[in-house]
Amino acid sequence: MKPAPFTYLVAHSLDAALALKAEHGDEARFLAGGQSLVPAMNFRLAQPAALIDLNPLDELDYIQSNGTLRIGALTRHRALEKANAHPLLHEIMPHVAHWPIRTRGTIAGNLAHADPASELPAAMVALGARLKAQCNSGERWIEATDFFTGPLTTALGDDEMLTEVEVPTLPERTGTCFMELARRQGDYAMMGVAAVVTVDEMATCTAARLAYLSAGPTPMLVSDAGLVGTTLDDDAIAAAAETAKAAIDPAGTVHASAAYQRHIAGVLTRRALVKARDRIA
Amino acid sequence: MTRVAVIVNGQSREADAEPRLLLADFLRHELGLTGTHVGCEHGVCGACTVLVDGEPVRSCLMFAVQADGKTIETVEGLADGDKLNHLQRQMREQHGVQCGYCTAGVLMSMTALLRETPSPSEPQVREALSAHLCRCTGYQNIVNAVLAASS
Amino acid sequence: MIAEPRYVGQSVRRNEDARLLTGRALFVDDVDLPDMLHAAFCRSPVAHGRIRSIDTSAALARDGVVAVYTADDLGEYWQPGPLLVPPPPIPGSAFNQRCQVPLARGKVRHVGEPIAIVLAASRYIAEDAVADIVVEIEDLPPVVDMAAALESGTALVHDDLGHNVSAKVRQTKGDYDAARKNAAHVIARRFHYDHGASSPMETRGIVAAWDARADRMTVWDTTQAPVIIRNGLAAMLGLSERQVRVVAPFIGGGFGPKMMMFYPEEVLVPWVAMRLDRPVKWIEDRYEHFFATTQERDQIHEAEIALDADGRILGVKDVFLFDTGAYDPYGLTTPLNSQCTLLGPYVIPAYDSTFTCVFTNKTLVTPYRGAGRQHGVFVIERLLDIAAREIGIDLVELRRRNLIPPDAFPYNNEIIFQDFAPLRYDSGSYAPLFDKARAMIGYDDFAGGVDTVGRRRGIGLVAYVEGTGIGPYEGARVQVQSSGRVSLATGMGTQGQGHFTAFAQVVAEQVGCRVEDVDVITGDTDQFYWGAGTFASRGAVVLGNATHAAALAVRGKILKTAAEHFECAEADVVVGEGAAHVAGVPEKRVTLGELAGLANPMRGAVTPGTEPGLESTQYFGPEMGATAAGVHAMIVAVDPETMMIEIEKYVVVHDCGTVLNPMILAGQVTGGVAQGIGNAWFEKLVFDAEGQLLNPTFADYLLPTADVVPAIELGHEVTPSPLNPLGTKGAGEAGAIPVGALFAQALENALDLPAQGVELLEIPLSPSRLWELASS
Repeated sequence: MKPAPFTYLVAHSLDAALALKAEHGDEARFLAGGQSLVPAMNFRLAQPAALIDLNPLDELDYIQSNGTLRIGALTRHRALEKANAHPLLHEIMPHVAHWPIRTRGTIAGNLAHADPASELPAAMVALGARLKAQCNSGERWIEATDFFTGPLTTALGDDEMLTEVEVPTLPERTGTCFMELARRQGDYAMMGVAAVVTVDEMATCTAARLAYLSAGPTPMLVSDAGLVGTTLDDDAIAAAAETAKAAIDPAGTVHASAAYQRHIAGVLTRRALVKARDRIA
Repeated sequence: MTRVAVIVNGQSREADAEPRLLLADFLRHELGLTGTHVGCEHGVCGACTVLVDGEPVRSCLMFAVQADGKTIETVEGLADGDKLNHLQRQMREQHGVQCGYCTAGVLMSMTALLRETPSPSEPQVREALSAHLCRCTGYQNIVNAVLAASS
Repeated sequence: MIAEPRYVGQSVRRNEDARLLTGRALFVDDVDLPDMLHAAFCRSPVAHGRIRSIDTSAALARDGVVAVYTADDLGEYWQPGPLLVPPPPIPGSAFNQRCQVPLARGKVRHVGEPIAIVLAASRYIAEDAVADIVVEIEDLPPVVDMAAALESGTALVHDDLGHNVSAKVRQTKGDYDAARKNAAHVIARRFHYDHGASSPMETRGIVAAWDARADRMTVWDTTQAPVIIRNGLAAMLGLSERQVRVVAPFIGGGFGPKMMMFYPEEVLVPWVAMRLDRPVKWIEDRYEHFFATTQERDQIHEAEIALDADGRILGVKDVFLFDTGAYDPYGLTTPLNSQCTLLGPYVIPAYDSTFTCVFTNKTLVTPYRGAGRQHGVFVIERLLDIAAREIGIDLVELRRRNLIPPDAFPYNNEIIFQDFAPLRYDSGSYAPLFDKARAMIGYDDFAGGVDTVGRRRGIGLVAYVEGTGIGPYEGARVQVQSSGRVSLATGMGTQGQGHFTAFAQVVAEQVGCRVEDVDVITGDTDQFYWGAGTFASRGAVVLGNATHAAALAVRGKILKTAAEHFECAEADVVVGEGAAHVAGVPEKRVTLGELAGLANPMRGAVTPGTEPGLESTQYFGPEMGATAAGVHAMIVAVDPETMMIEIEKYVVVHDCGTVLNPMILAGQVTGGVAQGIGNAWFEKLVFDAEGQLLNPTFADYLLPTADVVPAIELGHEVTPSPLNPLGTKGAGEAGAIPVGALFAQALENALDLPAQGVELLEIPLSPSRLWELASS
């Protein structure tokens, strides 16, 4: 389990990184935290001809949380865990692998890896985040809902790099909750849901977003789920759980049959919505 | 080949490494620090955990070239000569060691935990320890050792 | 038994820990030799196929590659491995020996079977070269399912055999058919018990160095049986045993599969080292480990129990299938253990048990901690649970009614055990185990019901006996050094069981030194020539008593030498604290080191019939195994919606005779329970219809972690074994054995499944599987 040889390129600036990527295209992979890429290389499932090491780019290691939350690409999971910059993300972070992995793993690396079993992609979809893609010739913003195009595939072009994540401020009277079921602490979950619900001054639900992990080829978003217009009463929540179960598309894993995944999606949806509702200030 | 220079357990060390050389292999086979063990090479078992700039890291998931200029702590640096440190002593006292293969990684993670959280609760210890596979002990004695070593 | 022991029975902290805690302990992968080559293997990607061609030219052309060998390059060295444990002499039984080969020739029979070995300047380059090798394989239909493997017309793992039966054995006791006719209750069920991969944290590894000038081979091997490996390698390589040194240094866990397997890699690496005259290292990686290291797997039992109206067992009948994998070098040890251990602590007057071992296109099955005992315990304990329900009595009461009474020992179960001796229980007292476990878990006060967060609580209590401490023998050499330190050399390697301490305690007890003054040397065949190995819960029994005998003999020499020195009677000599003195005159003392010098004089003559030094070598071979026993109980809380569980309380009450070191014993039992929890609830090797393992990583093969293994509460009973002077019985495997049965019982109880017509008749379970069964 030793990686195949590769050319090691170090980027000392963002421009240099983008130039290298433009030069090497899909022959090169960015090396950020490496906590998914290096295992794949050790198994020789991934054999990139070149790695562009982004770790010197301190300029991309930041969390700015005045108003809109901005997370730089090189921000480590551990930093986001400690920052307590967002209630949903803060709740999620302890579930992302383990401390020694979170020490190295980066937010953008996690998102760009686009594992449908990963927590942060589902969170970004639930939160309506947008992601900044940069290349030599410019930049563009991609909605999280458009970013994840399939298992381990994203909307990023061969010459593009994910450089920043922008998470909008939660509206007033919004509650969030994240729940997942994993066999052991830190494992990829058998099922997970990130729930975001907003109510008006009359306690009527005005927006609801449920995003699921391990529920299909990408993070699976269920909007509304019949909750908008309700008071998020238990009956409405139970109905939403049924709606969500029908909307997702889990494939089954060695740990959980597809039927079980769908079943626990309903359970988690109900529990997470109750908690999110009860958390609305 | 790239020259990689690190400070390991307070000493400056350097050796050549090709880019793909894993930090675990660099420490063990280039620097001769064989106290760090390799158990899975995919980041799950935790045996190879070392501290890089004070933070616990899987040395099987980092290339040696990335460690250039970094400060690394390994199990060899814990004791003061023959004198075991407090956590090591408690691991012996509480029988937290059986085969001893996972032990180096456990010690390094728990060292980081106790630095950040000098008086952890049992759930905190168990959560941190869940980053490590131990096939011998059933964990409780390691948990007891960490709790006993906490201030 | 020892009168007033000072060290034996104490929780002495371990001598070996300082080395392990500071990173100084030598493991095989730490061996680094000048000019060393690194090996990697080209392995079969398919479960079953015919090799059409192997092209190694690109690999050989790669920079840094020194050699590549296939089966055809091995010449006469290509031989199937030895039969490690022959089948016992059971009349009417059949055994078809098909042992593994060093490199596949003609056919590949399981995924991961080695096809070629690459030697290169580094493991990195060796792996590059493995990828260069082109192997054309014609796929053959894989034999995956045991039952299907026995149907006519199915594909054959070994073509020459004409079928896929590795072995068939029937053992009987009493007349089951007659017992059944008289029964008030007959309960029959089908059970499926799967056991997984031992997964020691250290994978296997081997380093071999041939010294052409000294004509000697040195092999560092992660083996549990260095002496047997030394003997076998010497024979294979055409060397004298005196020319081969096998060192099993610190080993990072074994649990069975590191036994004297003569794995392909173990046989090839020394051969290559000789042929190339360069040191060679092979360290298995974790991915290889899932295919190349032996496992345990599943058994399917069709079992029935006959009872009278009062719930007394009249007899048990069991017919089961055992998946032995592609080869069967370990003989019948594992299924025999299943067959014998099923009988448990119960009076079972009639028993009719037949097993069929089946070749499949999967990795070899050999003993892994428990070694088939889990399967047997699951069958009898589940049958008793169902019987209790059917008869309408409490399941603990049913068990108590059927226990072998304490005055019935030695108790003869008549059938043949894995050590070829009739299965006789040497001693035991089972009711106190039940009573203590029942009290500790709070069985009588347990209310069950639903906890504050909606989880349903359940309780379970199961029992087992374990045949331990089998022969053939072990040996020990105890020697007082002129420094005053004492050495103990043995042929038995250590994989974490505390040998450096527990056996030092036995020595210190007799020799009269401190435990930390005893240097234990294990697993180096140059230090001790004879031995078998660390397996079958036998160290404390077999080596413990050999050590005890050697230490006693050295004590005799100490007394004799001191008596001569003091010119007093031996009876007047007092030994302790590393010295001897005349009783009543403690200030006039002579140290053990000085006595060692006196016993090895530079002038004068050693008296005929005596030996120099304070040294003795003794052996111990038990006539038969010692029978340990225990009861496990737990309270579990289950989320009825998700089937996620939490173990609220786990109790083990066990009896392994005299205890050498309670701390180490507790560690062994507790670690065993953790592996049992893995087996019951987390670990499953998932194969597809093509014989491909779907989860060969630690991300998907789930070893229990610190968040899921609870604290284990221990209770002890002591029924010394009459079969050995120390009175010890083995304990290494005990913790792992009954956990599956306990899980099934407690989960049924928590979810009240039988009331819904659901029974848990399989292991492992998981939240997903439990949900499927409960909602079926």
